[in-house]
Amino acid sequence: MAVKDIPDNIFMTTLDAAANWSRANSLWPMPFATACCGIELMATASSRFDLSRFGAEVMRFSPRQCDLMIVAGRVAMKMLPVLQRIWLQMPEPKWCISMGACACTGGVFDTYAVVQGVDRFIPVDMYVPGCPPRPEQLIAGIIALQDKVIKTGTINGREFAKRTLPTGPAPFDADELIRIREGNELLPVLN
Amino acid sequence: MSHQELLQTRFPAAGLVFSDFRDNHRVHVPKERLVEVLTCLKTEGGFDMLVDITAVDYLEYENADDRFGVVYVLLNTSTGERTIVKTFVNDPDPTLPSMYPLWKSADWTEREVYDMYGIKFEGHPDLRRILMPDEFTAFPLRKDYPLKGRGERHNFPVITRSES
Repeated sequence: MAVKDIPDNIFMTTLDAAANWSRANSLWPMPFATACCGIELMATASSRFDLSRFGAEVMRFSPRQCDLMIVAGRVAMKMLPVLQRIWLQMPEPKWCISMGACACTGGVFDTYAVVQGVDRFIPVDMYVPGCPPRPEQLIAGIIALQDKVIKTGTINGREFAKRTLPTGPAPFDADELIRIREGNELLPVLN
Repeated sequence: MSHQELLQTRFPAAGLVFSDFRDNHRVHVPKERLVEVLTCLKTEGGFDMLVDITAVDYLEYENADDRFGVVYVLLNTSTGERTIVKTFVNDPDPTLPSMYPLWKSADWTEREVYDMYGIKFEGHPDLRRILMPDEFTAFPLRKDYPLKGRGERHNFPVITRSES
């Protein structure tokens, strides 16, 4: 449909594109900071690095008011149910950044009590590597996430389920440990 | 009178073994005499603070006779004197009397030793896990427990994008 005689200061766009543009430039992060990555997250938000240049400075400690969860730091077994609950409490549309080696893979904490990557249990949109990542890296991650928000847009959980199968690593096989230990001939140490 | 002389006069035939290393004064106590010795140290020796309780798993140690050593670190706050009391317990069902009636600080430290080693303290008012989740079943600092666990850390429901 052609529209005639519109003034120069009127732009034509789709509602999706406009909504995505405003969402991408006004992310409200939920700081789930459990370790030293949280310190870098604070530095990112403060004056020297100034996350507000990218419209994501409004840290809210209530998940009901947020649309971006930043998991900064290692997540212990006791903390994971809390993390999942907070993720479920956030309204859609929502995104998740896994910040630092521990949140992405467990990092050096390959022990019985530390979850080996939050992406096993909640969906993650962007991974920021580093131990801890510098604020510039986190800002780069947020800029990349803004691109992703603009491209993928407003899909909610149900639309996502229609478009794709659930992604992420396969569920953990409990026998995997035993196979690893058999491979290393460490099995006699077990009971 | 130092606490070593005090214990030697009070318990001449109790089988106490004393040793010293630099500033550490240590005494090994048989499990049966633990309550008497610690009560004596508190009431007569003036050790009014129980700094810490911890344990050692001696599984696969060549020269060890017992499986677990339980270590009590005591402090006399008026003289600054410290002493370390050590006792030994064994499988199955390692059990010790609780020191909660003597020092209230034994509450959480005994819970921690129970959580990590599975040593039970009889008479403790609330012997639950303190660090690990309540549904955890193993005792992770025992030497026969694998470093990476037995898969407990992966035992959670997965929330996918379409469910959240």
